[in-house]
Amino acid sequence: MIVADRKPIEEIIEQVKGLRSVLVLGCNECVTVCEAGGKKEVGVLASALRMYFLQQGREVNVGERTLERQCDTEYLEEIRDSIDHYEAVVSLACGVGIQFTAERYPSKAVYPGVNTCFMGAALERGVWAERCQGCGNCILATTGAVCPVARCAKRLFNGPCGGSTDGKCEISKDVDCAWQLIVDRLKALGRLEDYEKLCPIKDWSTDRAGGPRKVIREDLRS
Amino acid sequence: MRLNYPSSVRIIRVPCTGKVDVLHILRCFERGADGVYVVGCREGDCHYQSGNFRAKKRVEQAQHLLDRIGIGGQRVRMCNLSSSDAPLFVRFAEEMHAVVMAAGPNPIRAARASQKKASAPSGAGLHP
Amino acid sequence: MSPKTPSKLEKVLRAGHLAVTSECGPPRGSDATHIVHKAELIKQHVDAINITDNQTSVCRLCSLAACIRLKLMGLEPVLQMVVRDRNRVALQSDILGAASFDIHNLLCLSGDHQRFGDSAQGQNVFDLDSMQLLQTVRRMRDEGKFLGGDAIQRPPAMFVGAAANPFADPFEIRVPRLAKKVAAGAEFIQTQCIYNLDKFEKWMELVRDRGLHEQVFILAGVTPLKSAGMARYMKTKVPGMDVPDDVVKRMAGTPKDKQAEEGITICVETIQRLKAVKGVAGFHVMAIEWEERVPEIVERAGLYPRPMLQ
Repeated sequence: MIVADRKPIEEIIEQVKGLRSVLVLGCNECVTVCEAGGKKEVGVLASALRMYFLQQGREVNVGERTLERQCDTEYLEEIRDSIDHYEAVVSLACGVGIQFTAERYPSKAVYPGVNTCFMGAALERGVWAERCQGCGNCILATTGAVCPVARCAKRLFNGPCGGSTDGKCEISKDVDCAWQLIVDRLKALGRLEDYEKLCPIKDWSTDRAGGPRKVIREDLRS
Repeated sequence: MRLNYPSSVRIIRVPCTGKVDVLHILRCFERGADGVYVVGCREGDCHYQSGNFRAKKRVEQAQHLLDRIGIGGQRVRMCNLSSSDAPLFVRFAEEMHAVVMAAGPNPIRAARASQKKASAPSGAGLHP
Repeated sequence: MSPKTPSKLEKVLRAGHLAVTSECGPPRGSDATHIVHKAELIKQHVDAINITDNQTSVCRLCSLAACIRLKLMGLEPVLQMVVRDRNRVALQSDILGAASFDIHNLLCLSGDHQRFGDSAQGQNVFDLDSMQLLQTVRRMRDEGKFLGGDAIQRPPAMFVGAAANPFADPFEIRVPRLAKKVAAGAEFIQTQCIYNLDKFEKWMELVRDRGLHEQVFILAGVTPLKSAGMARYMKTKVPGMDVPDDVVKRMAGTPKDKQAEEGITICVETIQRLKAVKGVAGFHVMAIEWEERVPEIVERAGLYPRPMLQ
């Protein structure tokens, strides 16, 4: 899923401090799972903002709403009638949802309430780790399903580098060396001889480097 | 035991402090409470295993937030005792009372009061 | 085999001599006298001089410019190129830039992560990795083609090498990794500096088992220790470095004012022992900020004078 983290409240206050009304808009999917922007987090932020504003001597109308997703127009339509009660929106969805909301309501200021971090999963409650960078051309078949693009700090395709120590990356003891993981996985699969195959030069044109991307499925278009 | 504790204390019962969410704590302050203390079982004695540990973390979250919006994190606290320890309950209540008296009234109440004054109708009796 | 390039280093190695290379780090500014001075100190005692490429991700005068300067002085530079900072366009371009000054030696490296240097907030590139860079240079030289397929006008005649670290983890793939580099096109190897001679000899045994020592020239890396503190630092703080306890003990057991001399002696002893190891084709003496001791190390190790070749 997309993993995001709450923005510090001071940053959010800086964005909305001059407003008289603001809608805190949550999302029921990824940001709910990583406890950054779901209904509960919306409630907490809204309550904190109300108290902040009251202390500034202003009664600000802080609305609360959590949509199923902010990356689908049908759900964004649900606030079509109520959004005009608010000067601006603080969206706690991921960067996709924030932008989609703004595209749907272009004359409404939409501010981010979270920092969108990466595509990853929970290792345990409260700890999420990156697993995918969306390079657009998946090579997991050759590396025993461990991704060197997302998990190697140098995204080496023929790693490890000389800095790998005790299975950890040179940048931090908290980061696994992806190539140690790949070697271990190939061993477990009985395919260690695959290690010597030279991985060809990557075509990064399907990655961010090639420009903003689209997936088009003609068979699905009406 | 019929011990006395400060009359300013209002008790809200929950089946386990693990049920208390950050949001519940914030809403108390939003409604004008001057202090909130979350009283749970002693650590290691939680009937539901770890509810009181979760509560402790949530109290810390709330303290952090309240500090940053100017209410004051010292107004919320986690206390642990066994259900039969009435004297300890009283002591916690008195300590909390003292902390709140030192911190002063919840600034929200004053803010709301001056809001009302500001938007109070003039003699003509118009509704705002 | 006759040399494929005009590289003096290649000539020395192919003639069967033990080669000696050393390295210099460029200055953190635009005054090149610093690097000229260092090169002057060691030029009689080495066959080629490596110039590091923004080592440890600390911004310095670029390797290419320093190599050009050395070349203009009549010396033999080895251009070190990391793939951390340049994409394939810049890498190929810089290779041509070097070749335009008839620089004939290239060392392909990954590069330390930028977190270690003065630009921890910067982006990194890693468009190619170091093995893919090896493949690229070989293609440019041997096929006369850019990666994209177009022909190169006056292809670069580069003698190309890579680094190897017999002491990094995981040990079980350190020799397969060398095999990969050879398959990718490496013609010479400079290893990480060696203090654990037993482990290095074990690695060389495995290297020989696969015949790799006959496919690539392996230059053993050595670095003189300046102090017991340096030995301890390298043992604990530098990733991929193996400094055995008895080396630290030996340094620590020496009185402080004699530790530098002891470090030089250990370095010379290391070279002496490694000369006898089959498959070691030369030595890479890394004495950063201590270049003035390189001549002494080379002489005491019996590697002076350097062969004069046509």
